Amino acid sequence: MSKKKGLAKVTIYPDWCKGCGICAAFCPAGVFELRADGKSHVVREEECVNCGFCELHCPDFAVSVTPKEISRRKTDACVDLRVEAADPSAGTDPGPEENVGTPNREEDHGHKKA
Amino acid sequence: MAQVTQLIHDYLRHNKKFPHVYCAGCGHGIVLGSLIRSVHGLGYAKDDIVLVAGIGCSGRMAVYVDFNTVHTTHGRALTFATGIKMANPNLKVIVVMGDGDAMSIGGNHLIHAARRNIGLTTLVLNNNIYGMTGGQYSPTSPVGTVSATSPFGQLERSFDIVDMAMASGASYVARGTVLHATMLDGLISDALEKPGFNLVEILTPCHTQYGRKNKFKTVVDMYQWYKKNTVKLDRYRQLTPEEQGKFTPIGVFRDEMRPGLETRYAELRNKLQEQRHA
Repeated sequence: MSKKKGLAKVTIYPDWCKGCGICAAFCPAGVFELRADGKSHVVREEECVNCGFCELHCPDFAVSVTPKEISRRKTDACVDLRVEAADPSAGTDPGPEENVGTPNREEDHGHKKA
Repeated sequence: MAQVTQLIHDYLRHNKKFPHVYCAGCGHGIVLGSLIRSVHGLGYAKDDIVLVAGIGCSGRMAVYVDFNTVHTTHGRALTFATGIKMANPNLKVIVVMGDGDAMSIGGNHLIHAARRNIGLTTLVLNNNIYGMTGGQYSPTSPVGTVSATSPFGQLERSFDIVDMAMASGASYVARGTVLHATMLDGLISDALEKPGFNLVEILTPCHTQYGRKNKFKTVVDMYQWYKKNTVKLDRYRQLTPEEQGKFTPIGVFRDEMRPGLETRYAELRNKLQEQRHA
């Protein structure tokens, strides 16, 4: 998944969060906020730049950053932009790091459906 | 960012109580995650890993992770690990110890394991205090540390774990912190791949027993301290001696490829068998 705003879904498992505040203190985009219930909350998910700091540094494995489920139209646009920007290898499988959704056209994804 | 948290869940024992026993913000959880990512990244099977843990907070790590695990007596993790490695050299033996465990009651075992250069990967989780036992000062507590057993500041000079390991003959010695998690992944992965005795000292905060008594308001302040007071080894070496006194160097201090004791022992055994059958 690319490091762009708005492409990541940030989830906090409240049962595992102990409210240490590491994610809230170090997040470069201010995605998190500690609240009175003693837990961290996602307050500005759209600002997440997918740096991964929170997930690597949560001592309780309570934060998960996953690719956002975005609309199919937007997904296609993203794939088209990527293919345009690519070199001769355009059309090859961009790999899991670059998968921003679920492309519905096999020619965009670079390999045939099983 | 891949689904890191999901990956970690694949390696945990879900019949154990979660969230784990560590206090809020304790770095031990970050080390556990880093260890799992390193093992996964290198492609080891769970059954090929033996995690030997000592006593204390770090010892709880063996409870949560789905490898072959041994939770040993205080200071004796390296002795159990030595036996396991000599009995089955094909196993990847990882030893997790706290600073008190490794440098105080287990100090002699660490010296001789390093001297033998036996193929163990040792992670020393250094939080400068005996955490689980009530906050007594440890051999790595800096001079002036306020603790349960030194309410007016402790007066003894502290051990440098990296210097001790290098002086004892370890073939791979590194230091990282839990704030530098990506670097830590690299150090642990590196150590797992090296022959001989590998030691990674990991600086990890203990706010409950150390931070609160030593002018750290929150656990985040302790992480900020690591950010401000640690420098990569290359940069550290360029500093003047006065400046060096203000910082803690992190990185790889020694990286030698020397065969471990188990390899030398196997070679000797094969040689003697050949002589016998000649």
